[in-house]
Amino acid sequence: MLDDRSIRRSDGCVVKLSALCVAVVAAWLALPAAAQEPPAPGPQVPGPAAKNAPAPMDFPFAVLRQFPENPPWWNNIVTVPPDDDGIAGANLGIVDNSTTGSFLKQNFRMAAQELVPFGEDPMPAFNRILESGAKFILLAVPADALLKMADAAKDKDVILFNAAATDDRLRGADCRADVLHTAPSRAMLTDALAQYLVTKRWAKWLLLTGREADDRLYAEAVKRSAKKFGAKIVDERTWNFGPDARESGNDDISIFTQGVSYDVIVIADERGEFGPLIGYRSWDPRPTAGTAGLTPTTWSVTVTGWGAEQIQNRFFRQSKRGMRPLDFQMWLAMRTIGESAARIRSNDPKKLREFIFGPKFELAGFKGGSFSYRPWDNQLRQPIVLTSAEALVAASPQEGFLHQTNPLDTIGFDKPESQCHFPTP
Amino acid sequence: MKSPISRRAVPALAKAAAVFAGLAALIAAPAPAWAAKVFVTNERDHTMTVLDSESLKTLQTVKTGRRPRGLTASPDGKLIYVCASDDNRVEVYDANDYKLLRTLPSGPDPELFVLHPSGNPLYIANEDDALVTIVDTETGKVVGEIPVGVEPEGMGISPDGKTLVNTSETTSMAHFIDTTTKQIVENVLVDSRPRVAQFTPDAKFTWVSAEVGGTVSVIDNASHEVVKKITFQIPGVNDEAIQPVGIRITKDGNTAFVALGPANRVAIVDTHTYEIKKYLLVGQRVWQMAFSPDESVLYTTNGNSNDISVIDVASQKVTKSVTVGRGPWGVVAVP
Repeated sequence: MLDDRSIRRSDGCVVKLSALCVAVVAAWLALPAAAQEPPAPGPQVPGPAAKNAPAPMDFPFAVLRQFPENPPWWNNIVTVPPDDDGIAGANLGIVDNSTTGSFLKQNFRMAAQELVPFGEDPMPAFNRILESGAKFILLAVPADALLKMADAAKDKDVILFNAAATDDRLRGADCRADVLHTAPSRAMLTDALAQYLVTKRWAKWLLLTGREADDRLYAEAVKRSAKKFGAKIVDERTWNFGPDARESGNDDISIFTQGVSYDVIVIADERGEFGPLIGYRSWDPRPTAGTAGLTPTTWSVTVTGWGAEQIQNRFFRQSKRGMRPLDFQMWLAMRTIGESAARIRSNDPKKLREFIFGPKFELAGFKGGSFSYRPWDNQLRQPIVLTSAEALVAASPQEGFLHQTNPLDTIGFDKPESQCHFPTP
Repeated sequence: MKSPISRRAVPALAKAAAVFAGLAALIAAPAPAWAAKVFVTNERDHTMTVLDSESLKTLQTVKTGRRPRGLTASPDGKLIYVCASDDNRVEVYDANDYKLLRTLPSGPDPELFVLHPSGNPLYIANEDDALVTIVDTETGKVVGEIPVGVEPEGMGISPDGKTLVNTSETTSMAHFIDTTTKQIVENVLVDSRPRVAQFTPDAKFTWVSAEVGGTVSVIDNASHEVVKKITFQIPGVNDEAIQPVGIRITKDGNTAFVALGPANRVAIVDTHTYEIKKYLLVGQRVWQMAFSPDESVLYTTNGNSNDISVIDVASQKVTKSVTVGRGPWGVVAVP
């Protein structure tokens, strides 16, 4: 189990977002042997060996996470993201895979874990992972780094998972055949939100965009979704009231949201610089949605239907905190391999890929129905939940948004509109 | 043209005939339907509704432990066992006066269980803990724990009580367990998220539903091979909405009923040809089912519409729906 101690680095330095240790974390490999075992291996098969079980089979995984930029001012010790964000989800995936694996003599293990501080080059860490012999590599890195890694691993016999980057271009012009995306694209998130808002007939949006490049990408996705589902962006405004509007917010935000009529405020502010301040301060009494307010995401502690209470409980018992979207996306990557391995009884990445993109692959993800990968851009199809901090509001696709093959393809890039062109093997 | 009076008279006559036929059936039946009580656990209300099977009126709403789910009755119908999932215990109620008699240890997060055909012990799936816990219903002691796959749920037991089948949802397996040695003898991979295991009355096959896979696997109990995978297609219903959960098979072994979750249908399947005879429209998100003691009626719990549907087994028709508490989960009927 991952506990407080396991996020201590081997040199005794505790990784803190507020004071990042400078050196690249040399993973947990240097810890005593016991710590290298997959956390809490699954139960042993009691009694006689099952007759269908083959010879032991090894599944070496690795996780690489680069810390995102420090969260802005409004975070405090309670709201600051945990250091093991994502990593804990990957570890739960190892535990879940191992329990199944114990019945099939399949050994799932973490061969390497790397944490890279914000702003550093993650490539040395990635190269160490390749040298570790890991076959299945879970990445939480920015888009540019992901592309470099995909190109570096091109001729290696590995499967890469993008568990964090939401950039639409990674599913479009910059797509890579050897990367599977368990992270949602921005288009999936904003389509999911748009479907709900349009269903509610809240079709006039005021779009508030932050100052960062990522915010503009989110805003682009919002605009695309508005067009796709028939909503109207009555005005787009860029936040320009400085970095900390806690004191001046009541005045600034009233002015910022004046002079136009709309149903809902859609916020594009991925780091949360101003988005959380908009609610209750706008000129007109209107709900907020997007990166703050009603938020589209893959996972939240508010997800309890579809059997989700079980994984929420399991995760909490392991990590003593709620499961976050990055945890869930890492877990999905782990389970993609675990599920496929159980079905085809092989650890050959080529065979696993074949199965993952075949008709029989189905991943259960506690949101109803089965998840699968879009063959045209390697994006995992999954419902997107819309949630406030305390309560789940809805899950998209919304009823009534029809699709000829899979309703999940009404959110994100469907085949005809995909800009991704994989080289034909 | 008929007068309004004669128009009314015809159905009245038919009704009288039906009542007479019904009475005749009741006299012939071994356990008269009018004596039955239907117990339903309401997961989100933390209660258990007791219905009179004849009037379908609520006799009592019993306050249970938190998040009651799995529900079963002792072979003599005198005791009602309830999994109080969030209280980590099994509660034993008197089927006559609905008093809580005692609680049994269950291990963490009990979801579903099955009683040995003799009434003892109780085999409990501990969903959060990858365990099957065995509890002696007389002494209230835990007499064994069997490690199984992730999120154990479905529990089926052979008519002779010698073989237990547990399904684990995230592991997607049916674990065959020898109840004498308390050891797993075989793990059979089925489709994604197996929810319920049900033996056929002749003990030759085990039917296992896979909620996310959308199928029912029929496993040969001798070879442990999946001999048939039943799939469901309903015109106008999306494949993703077809999520099989509850399975009940008539005592003659000829007909199976499969609850299809958010498809809001119960499928009727010929157990010999595996042909789907009919889909019955019931309430929303139908999960579990139970026969009346005389097997003339099948009750379904509809988790999202907060009601149960009453299916007439002979005519294969839904005759009524009855409001119960919020999130009805388990159901059992006793004489």
